[in-house]
Amino acid sequence: MTEHRPDPEALLARAKEEEARKSRGRLKLFFGAAAGVGKTYAMLEAARVLRADGTDVVVGCIETHGRAETEALLDGLEVLPPRIVAYRSTTLKEFDLDAALARLPAVILVDELAHTNAAGSRHAKRWQDVLELLDAGITVYTTLNVQHVESLNDVVAKITGVIVRETIPDSVLERADEIELVDLPPDELLRRLEEGKVYLPQQAQEAIRNFFRKGNLIALRELALRRTAERVDAQMQAYMRDHAVVKTWPVTERILVCVSPSPLAAQLVRASRRLATRLGAEWIVAYVETPAHARLPQAARDRVVQTLRLAEQLGAETVTLSGPTMSEEILAYARARNVSKVVVGKPGRSLWRRIVLGSIVDALVRESGEIDIYVVSGEREAEPVKPAWVRPRPPDWPAYGLALGVVGLCTAIAWVTFPHVGLSNLIMVYLLGVVGVATRAGRGPTALASVVSVAAFDFFFVPPYLSFAVSDTEHLITFAVMLIVALVISGLTVRIRAQADSARQRERRIAALYAMSRELATTRDVDGLLETALRHLSEVFPGQLAVFLPDDAGRVAVRRTHPSQLPMDASELAVAHWVYEHRQVAGLGTATLPGARALYLPLVGSRGAVGVLGMTPAEPRSLESPEQLHQAETFANQMALAIERARLGEQAQRAEVRAEAERLRNSLLSSVSHDLRTPLATITGASSSLLESGELLGEATRQELLQSIHREAERLDRLVNNLLDMTRLEAGGVTVHKEWQPLEGVVGAALKRLESRLRDRPVRIDLPVDLPLVPIDAVLVEQVLINVLDNAVKYSPEGSPIDISAAAAGRAVTVEIADRGPGFAAGDEERVFEKFYRGGAAGAPGVGLGLAICRAVIDVHGGKMWAENRPGGGAVFRFTLPLGESSPDIPPTDG
Amino acid sequence: MAEAARQPAPVVPDASALSRKPTVVLIEDEPEIRRFLRATLLAEGCRLFEAATGEEGLREAEVRQPDIVVLDLGLPDMDGLDVIRRLRQWTGVPIVVLSARGQEHDKIAALDAGADDYVSKPFGVGELLARIRVSLRHAERTVREVGEPAFGVGELQVNLSQRRVVVAGNEVHLTPIEYRLLATLVKHAGKVLTHGQLLREVWGPPYAERAHYLHVYMAQLRRKVESDPARPRYLLTEPGVGYRLAAE
Repeated sequence: MTEHRPDPEALLARAKEEEARKSRGRLKLFFGAAAGVGKTYAMLEAARVLRADGTDVVVGCIETHGRAETEALLDGLEVLPPRIVAYRSTTLKEFDLDAALARLPAVILVDELAHTNAAGSRHAKRWQDVLELLDAGITVYTTLNVQHVESLNDVVAKITGVIVRETIPDSVLERADEIELVDLPPDELLRRLEEGKVYLPQQAQEAIRNFFRKGNLIALRELALRRTAERVDAQMQAYMRDHAVVKTWPVTERILVCVSPSPLAAQLVRASRRLATRLGAEWIVAYVETPAHARLPQAARDRVVQTLRLAEQLGAETVTLSGPTMSEEILAYARARNVSKVVVGKPGRSLWRRIVLGSIVDALVRESGEIDIYVVSGEREAEPVKPAWVRPRPPDWPAYGLALGVVGLCTAIAWVTFPHVGLSNLIMVYLLGVVGVATRAGRGPTALASVVSVAAFDFFFVPPYLSFAVSDTEHLITFAVMLIVALVISGLTVRIRAQADSARQRERRIAALYAMSRELATTRDVDGLLETALRHLSEVFPGQLAVFLPDDAGRVAVRRTHPSQLPMDASELAVAHWVYEHRQVAGLGTATLPGARALYLPLVGSRGAVGVLGMTPAEPRSLESPEQLHQAETFANQMALAIERARLGEQAQRAEVRAEAERLRNSLLSSVSHDLRTPLATITGASSSLLESGELLGEATRQELLQSIHREAERLDRLVNNLLDMTRLEAGGVTVHKEWQPLEGVVGAALKRLESRLRDRPVRIDLPVDLPLVPIDAVLVEQVLINVLDNAVKYSPEGSPIDISAAAAGRAVTVEIADRGPGFAAGDEERVFEKFYRGGAAGAPGVGLGLAICRAVIDVHGGKMWAENRPGGGAVFRFTLPLGESSPDIPPTDG
Repeated sequence: MAEAARQPAPVVPDASALSRKPTVVLIEDEPEIRRFLRATLLAEGCRLFEAATGEEGLREAEVRQPDIVVLDLGLPDMDGLDVIRRLRQWTGVPIVVLSARGQEHDKIAALDAGADDYVSKPFGVGELLARIRVSLRHAERTVREVGEPAFGVGELQVNLSQRRVVVAGNEVHLTPIEYRLLATLVKHAGKVLTHGQLLREVWGPPYAERAHYLHVYMAQLRRKVESDPARPRYLLTEPGVGYRLAAE
């Protein structure tokens, strides 16, 4: 990769980071190789220095383990009282996060970053508490041992043989603004250990003694030093980047790690993280969903999600690709993202399978071109870490009953046929029964059926009869084979069924997601959108669902529920609000606030949280697998984007309406100033001359002036009416009073009203006698006709004819008004319907509202109005009046 | 028309629109409109009494015992409709309403409340005088309880006693409903009749909402009576309000 340009995305990320850093508290880590090196002591000393400088320092929680010299340092520092948590028979002292947030000191000391909180705390882990403190703007001093760092976890386990369960994500370490290494040479640490100066819990004495061997301590010290050095290096790079951007902009490498569903994937991710850190590279962890993915057992698919989660925690970008072949997808993505190195695990396929099927590594190496391929070996993990909240499924007693019943039935059939057929065929009957059970029940009942089948076969049909004793030892082979065959067949059947089930379930979810996205894409308003989303979601996650949206004050409140209200109280609402503010999943089945009655997922759009989704599954287990949680998150993401889009749409629409209103106001002002003033000027002028010099004017002149006053007043009346009509139509203030009536009457009324203006115009009317009644508001449609006719008179030469015709077509009547004027200039056919648009001669009188009113009126009738040039010259206006679905009852004829 | 002919010749024949000198109570709050109406009506020789509010108008109507009331619907102190209702409690005096265009429901309400006719603002005085004239004529007829068997306008002749309709010398055959419709309009010739009034009169009260019956029969009637049904001369549409038979 040879890119030297600063990546704009990276710059943006940096800017954002800095923005966030300003409002965030600072995190200072006192980092050590092992317990007993003096981290707490160093932290307290630092706190005392701060205190002496007058900084507001509070001790959040400190484990002094009864050491006098450490306790002495606490003297004079404000210590927050611990939160007492009842746990089984004892009470635990826990750090009181809420008290700390309420106290809001400048600096707080929180010992043991990797600590696991007692059950019932808001967060499962102390580091989560610390993040919340930082978000609240409080600077946190804390301590950490190297074995608790997630990415070093497996290395430590390898060195010491002790698996450390309490780990913190590397991202927390990375967030630290300062890391202070508290170092003590191993010999000195061992001496302190002997002097009893290092606190060790009683129960694990032996294991910990193993841990504190000199070799281990040296290795751990090296790890801690190296990790700190990496960190310092990164800081230096950042410093150089900030101060000499052009010169030292690093040639960032990108590493793409492909993970598989194998349990080794976690190891691969950790190894890659170390590689990425050493190279100072960005890293992406990718999983390729090939068609085989759907056939994987649930546990393997869960593992994939867990691996991707782990990668995210370690600071990787994760991506799930899909395609038919893994190697092609990986390389295509790698090229698209300018990846320089691809990391894969050592292939797990046995040698013969690799020869027959080929391996992904071979394919990658063959096609990688300029991209380096790293093959990393892995070691089986001690045991896959299971989420704490998975409870074993209760045994399915009816299925066991079914298994026994089927074996009983088989025995009955075999008993009846026993005299006629050989033993081998009886075995077949039992095997058939076992397969039957396998297709209905799970592993347990099927295994039971297998064993009981063999036992029943032995008891009833193998001599000596009605005894488990076997006379011929050869039958033992028969039993063994029968048992193995039964177990294998049943195992395969159960697995196929499970795969088919999960494939179906997955397909259902994908289909539901697709259906939801498709429907959401066509829904515009927020409420409709939520209803749609919840309806779709409930098909996949049955249970109570609720969406919380923030009000104007930024507090979330239930906006919509499905199918009924969640059990909601202040504490549930508080959880929802916490989720909204922190944009993290919390509640039922998660590590944060697990006591809540529902699971709360933040709805995070591209511009931040837009709301919260609350779910109380009908079956509590249904959200326990990471894959299902992931699915729920996928739905939530879709919803969030849709809500955000709707919100933006609403905003845009409001802005547009405002702009339109502004434009209208301007046009109106200019129209009013010109078009209304012209007739007013005439009226004022003519009437004043009559007033002032009426005597001197001749009778003919006086008549002329009076007539022009009258004419202009009428014109003014038309203008004002048009303006009022338009305003009313736009404001929705017009109530449409539709009645079934013949068009003829309305045409007649319009012609009557325009009698004087149409005096010298031949008006041809062509209305078929059988024209159906139309459901129209006579007053409004009369106005349409008047405006169009008036327009025709205005824009066509005097004496030229005007044609009015109508015809029924389908369920609508089309009305046509045509003149022999100049017609339209190109593009004017549509523009004439715009408000304040006046076509043709600039001197034409009017405000340019008449036709806009016409279209608005036809719109409220559900019809369409348009204009065209007339063949042979002139303009033609057409509009449709839909007849609707129903017809009027025909008046009874008489006579 | 025959009635009008019996009246003594007006002072200024033909130039004057009103054939008799009626007493008019004008209830209108706009001084400018009162001003030009005053000029016109006095020029026509009317005895005019003006009121700027509804209460005042009701008092004037009681004291002056007018031949006709001209009433603006938009008054400052009370609803014009209430003025009509209170007048109708004790007098059948013709009421001509002044109302703004585009408020058809107000006109219908006024007509249903007992007003005789309406003029839309802005209006020419000619139009108002025509309405006053028609209303006065109908009032006289009501007072005398004399039916007018023969009616004629233009080419249209209707004889109610003989049930004969003649257009341009040719007798026209109407169905019973068409005839009832035409006869109703003839009885109120020149006056607007609302859809509801016509439906109640011709079909009976249960049909008062079936406006399309009326529209359909009106179209049929026009085809038989009018020379150009799309541009009727006699059977005029008052959009959104009702129909009127031209009286002159």
